[in-house]
Amino acid sequence: MSRISPEEVERTAHLARLELSADERDAMTRDLDRILDYVASLQRLDTEGIEPTSHPIPVPTPLRADEAAVPIDPALAILNAPQAEGTAFVVPKVIASEDEG
Amino acid sequence: MPETLDTVPLQRDALGQGRVSSRELTTASLERAECCEALRLVVGTRAEAALAEADAADARRSRGESLGPLDGIPALIKDNMVQLGEPTTCASRMLENFVSPYDGAMAERLAAAGAVIIGRTNMDEFAMGSSTENTIHGAACNPWDPERACGGSSGGSAGSVAAGITALALGSDTGGSVRQPAAFCGVSGMKPTYGRVSRWGLVAFASSLDQIGPLAHSARECAMVLEAICGHDPRDSTSIPEPAPALEAQLSGDVSGLVIGLPREYFELEGAEPAVLERVRQAVDALERMGAKAREVSLPHTSYGIAAYYLIATAEASSNLARYDGVRYGRRVSADDLGEMYRRTRSEGFGDEVKRRIVLGTYVLSAGYYDAYYRKAQQVRTLLRRDFEQAFEGCDVIATPTSPETAFRLGEKASDPLRMYLSDVYTVSAPLAGIPCISVPCGEAEGLPVGLQLLGPALGEAVVLRAADAYQRVTDHHERRPEIAL
Repeated sequence: MSRISPEEVERTAHLARLELSADERDAMTRDLDRILDYVASLQRLDTEGIEPTSHPIPVPTPLRADEAAVPIDPALAILNAPQAEGTAFVVPKVIASEDEG
Repeated sequence: MPETLDTVPLQRDALGQGRVSSRELTTASLERAECCEALRLVVGTRAEAALAEADAADARRSRGESLGPLDGIPALIKDNMVQLGEPTTCASRMLENFVSPYDGAMAERLAAAGAVIIGRTNMDEFAMGSSTENTIHGAACNPWDPERACGGSSGGSAGSVAAGITALALGSDTGGSVRQPAAFCGVSGMKPTYGRVSRWGLVAFASSLDQIGPLAHSARECAMVLEAICGHDPRDSTSIPEPAPALEAQLSGDVSGLVIGLPREYFELEGAEPAVLERVRQAVDALERMGAKAREVSLPHTSYGIAAYYLIATAEASSNLARYDGVRYGRRVSADDLGEMYRRTRSEGFGDEVKRRIVLGTYVLSAGYYDAYYRKAQQVRTLLRRDFEQAFEGCDVIATPTSPETAFRLGEKASDPLRMYLSDVYTVSAPLAGIPCISVPCGEAEGLPVGLQLLGPALGEAVVLRAADAYQRVTDHHERRPEIAL
């Protein structure tokens, strides 16, 4: 039995904002199926009551003084913008127009 | 240059005695990079800026001033560490035209130590790979055999040191990306304790695993570089709030009474090349002859390391790489609406392996799968961490092979991602546990370098380096150089 279907791969790719061609989707389904089959070995381990580790070396959350600062000059920050206006990033429209419903 | 000055101490001494200038060293490195171009180890140089910095170092020296042992010494950084005004591509179409608007912590630290960054090294795209083949710059070739891989993802950094382009380079290690290429290329490479080196200005792959480390011929040089780049940085919230330890001064050459743990599970691994295991045992024998004691230890959850690693690393990567959306920097593929722009930008900008990991990571974090995959992997991470804690109750360092094999042929594993992942079996556990580790050359198998991995407890860089340096005082594997036909 396969662990992941082409439809699930497509749905997940959509969540990650990736478009896959039919060939890419099928190849990825095959690869992910094998990988998920391999990682399923973890299910053999009893981890009941084991605390998950999210950071290996725990350091207390560092706090800094609540003071306003300019981490980077906006004129520099905008230099790599694919499209800019002044110090603003320009993007296509976010909300579809009315006739598109 | 009248003599071969290919290590940091040789360069430092020659500079100190006035036998060579930083400009000459920098020029030699730039020329060497150019003549090794066919190996695709270096992906970009900054000759003019580097020579100006070299001149500044020479001027300091003529005034009797010095910024320390790295002052005036040429260096390379992996192409995922940003430097003001320089490109950082991460070997990805996504960042092909990115120029950094700021200095990352490594550019700052190296500059503060007087090191001269001559350019950037090849890598797997976004550091995802074990071969430096997933790169827009073309697969990097191993200086010992150009038909073989440098390892990865810091393959360009390891290869550059092996090829004598610079004496030192920085890499980043998430699941073995400094140590495995160091092993494949016959150089030394260290991953410090998680949080020792600032990640500010390192392009994020898996934030709870990523750690920057030095590559050089010897452990001593790794110690020198690490001293310069370690230490607290408030801009990285996971940075350990402690000053950089004095490491070079602790290299006493004395390992008498040092207990070396040999993890049973690592030496019983199916598929490990017998010659690799043999070289590692011989290295442990050498340390024993110096007064160290070897004993067997157990890391019982070792066989679960790769599964836990690839679940955690891809989950974190899927989140970190969400930032590449074509809005603020990097590639944009225009479209009529925002969602379409995101999808087209990401689909064209990322390579196959990066897409595969983003989809896997998104899947294991998605509703219904989170507990079974991601949370489970984090719990196994706790077990792996405890394995090491228990093992270090009975030993000072742990010795293992770095990789179960020597450098494989380019293309050999390119079409089989799972097989590529499995080659990381000896390196993924240390970053999951956050502990320091080094790979040093310990001989050859059929003419290709073999790496010995030494691991220590958290914050135990000093003992790891002391053992590695002591080993290199009685062996000469780190002094061997490939003959490069160019």
